Amino acid sequence: MAVNNIWVFSQANDDEATTASLELLTKARSLGGTVSAFVAGVAGGAAAQLADHGAAKIYETGDLAGALPGAAVSAAMQAVIDGGDVPDLIMFPQNYEGRDVLSRLSVKLDRTVLTNSTDVTVDGDSVTVQTPIFGGSKLVNSTFTGVVPFLAAFRPKSFEAAGGAGAAGELASAPIPDLGSTGGATITSVHVEETSGPKLDEAAVVVSGGRGLGEADKFDMVESLAKLLKGAPGASRAIVDAGWVPYSYQVGQTGKVVKPTVYVAAGISGATQHMVGMKGAKNIIAINKDKEAPIFGVADLGIVGDVHKVMPALIAALEARG
Amino acid sequence: MNVIVCVKQIPDPALPGELDPSTNTLKRDGKLILDESDSYGVEMALQLVNTAGEGSVTLVSMAPNDEVSGLRTALAMGAEKAVLVSDPVLAGADALTTAKVLAGAVGKAGDYDLIIAGTESSDGYTGTVPEQMAEVLGLPSVGFAKTIAVDGSTVRVDRQTEAGYDEVSCSLPAVVSVTAGVVEPRYPSFKGIMAAKSKPVETVTAADLGVESVSWAQSISSVEDAPAREAGEIIEDDGETFNKIVEFLDNLKVI
Ligand SMILES: Cc1cc2nc3c(=O)[nH]c(=O)nc-3n(C[C@H](O)[C@H](O)[C@H](O)COP(=O)(O)OP(=O)(O)OC[C@H]3O[C@@H](n4cnc5c(N)ncnc54)[C@H](O)[C@@H]3O)c2cc1C
Ligand SMILES: Cc1cc2nc3c(=O)[nH]c(=O)nc-3n(C[C@H](O)[C@H](O)[C@H](O)COP(=O)(O)OP(=O)(O)OC[C@H]3O[C@@H](n4cnc5c(N)ncnc54)[C@H](O)[C@@H]3O)c2cc1C
Repeated sequence: MAVNNIWVFSQANDDEATTASLELLTKARSLGGTVSAFVAGVAGGAAAQLADHGAAKIYETGDLAGALPGAAVSAAMQAVIDGGDVPDLIMFPQNYEGRDVLSRLSVKLDRTVLTNSTDVTVDGDSVTVQTPIFGGSKLVNSTFTGVVPFLAAFRPKSFEAAGGAGAAGELASAPIPDLGSTGGATITSVHVEETSGPKLDEAAVVVSGGRGLGEADKFDMVESLAKLLKGAPGASRAIVDAGWVPYSYQVGQTGKVVKPTVYVAAGISGATQHMVGMKGAKNIIAINKDKEAPIFGVADLGIVGDVHKVMPALIAALEARG
Repeated sequence: MNVIVCVKQIPDPALPGELDPSTNTLKRDGKLILDESDSYGVEMALQLVNTAGEGSVTLVSMAPNDEVSGLRTALAMGAEKAVLVSDPVLAGADALTTAKVLAGAVGKAGDYDLIIAGTESSDGYTGTVPEQMAEVLGLPSVGFAKTIAVDGSTVRVDRQTEAGYDEVSCSLPAVVSVTAGVVEPRYPSFKGIMAAKSKPVETVTAADLGVESVSWAQSISSVEDAPAREAGEIIEDDGETFNKIVEFLDNLKVI
């Protein structure tokens, strides 16, 4: 026995695989054995990318036709498993769809789930995941003890995506069975919030604002600075909940995980749930008027001062440089 | 319109969390409070019942030591009654077991049209329980709801996505999980707090629900300290510190 069959829950938009899928495929192939991508929907042009990142086999459910993936894709997975292809481990991204499919599948197969993990190691037939707790101050290593398939979800950006695997990427159909009473939810329309500039989770520079900005209008300072640094603006949950900026700006446990070269936190206290989303930044600059603010515990450069003074001065200085 | 709300009672998140050194699970022996993540669900349910003009809100919770203080908070907000599952065999239950137990508790809570939960709890945050519960009950589900409106036998939900949101239509009964900030949870009034004291809380054991034992198919092999980040330079602003930031950015070649 060994871990020789790993599946990765994968997604593609407009013929492009999501970064989360590619990260997990890259990690899966480093663990040895055969790797399959299980695509929610149609792989299309993303198939080559999935293969290049390690997928020897690509299961496709076919068009979801507006169904939410949770019930639909878990049922398709179960059908393949019942058909005899039983993976040792299924890796999910800890995102909206990954989480929903994982949850449904755990009940269908009666398996526990290990979630929010950031690493995985294999030793013979034992699989151990590592999960940060208490805002990342402690790392817990947990080994699955039950029967395969083991089910685990990983936080985005836990692994670096790398191509060059040259796997076969053989396509296989995994149709969605009749969902009965669980299939009652349908997407009737899709809304995309407009953003300009680099994507928050891919930008080299992220400038985030928090409640310390005082009022919604002051978020302009965050946007100006982000623009000057060719970065993306981000936010703490406090100001997302307050409606100052859309949810897509949120950094943290329930928002995006960012790992930029520079992260600027303006008027953010540094709650553990915020820090898990930005602690991986290479350099952190914090501006906060309270010198006891926890954010200073992770800052490479901390300015104890008023954002309303420091930010405008900084913006003016950068503008002057042209 | 009868709504069931799952409410978790958790150790106060303002206090530092602690692991039980013998089991490596979270210590839950102190006083527990209503998870803030679930106060949104309670508020949403109260508003839906109010809009419908009839029906009631019932709470379900699983917690150690017959804990009711979090339930009392939600009852004081306006929920009518609660079912509490409390049983030493459930200590250290995983998310899957929790979902099975809550699904059992739903069976004791009477007729319902909708079950509301939080998208994730503040202490365990697996974010899997609502969808697992839906699967156990054979119900459809919608996660990450920003708005919920009930229209006959259908619930319409704006579901948050990475890029924006989706409008989703779902048949009832269903499980819907709500994000923080969807509604402003009300503060219990004095009258509400007094009334909550006599509202019915039915306490049941795992065996009452047919859940025999709990085995979490994993073992914690070790807990280690994460590598600490090196302390940086912290300076008081004197009106000129913006230059420090410019210099810092310059050194990193981002400007
Ligand atoms: C389950 C759960 C999930 C969560 N997920 C997330 C998440 O994904 N992301 C997230 O960010 N949070 C999350 N939170 C919320 C988190 O706990 C904090 O409440 C939130 O991060 C606080 O945001 P903040 O730092 O903007 O506000 P506050 O904590 O209120 O901090 C404001 C800071 O601004 C400073 N300040 C005030 N005025 C000025 C000024 N003029 N100049 C300079 N500084 C000033 C203050 O000193 C203070 O430190 C979550 C919470 C829970 C329970
Ligand atoms: C740091 C930490 C990490 C953990 N990791 C895992 C893990 O990877 N896998 C695992 O299986 N378990 C894990 N657990 C255990 C898990 O927290 C418990 O099983 C818990 O009972 C349910 O999971 P949750 O809090 O993560 O629920 P979530 O799915 O995050 O909660 C979502 C919603 O479900 C409802 N809900 C959840 N629990 C209850 C309850 N007891 N009573 C009423 N409503 C409830 C609430 O509405 C809540 O807002 C972890 C616990 C801790 C402390």
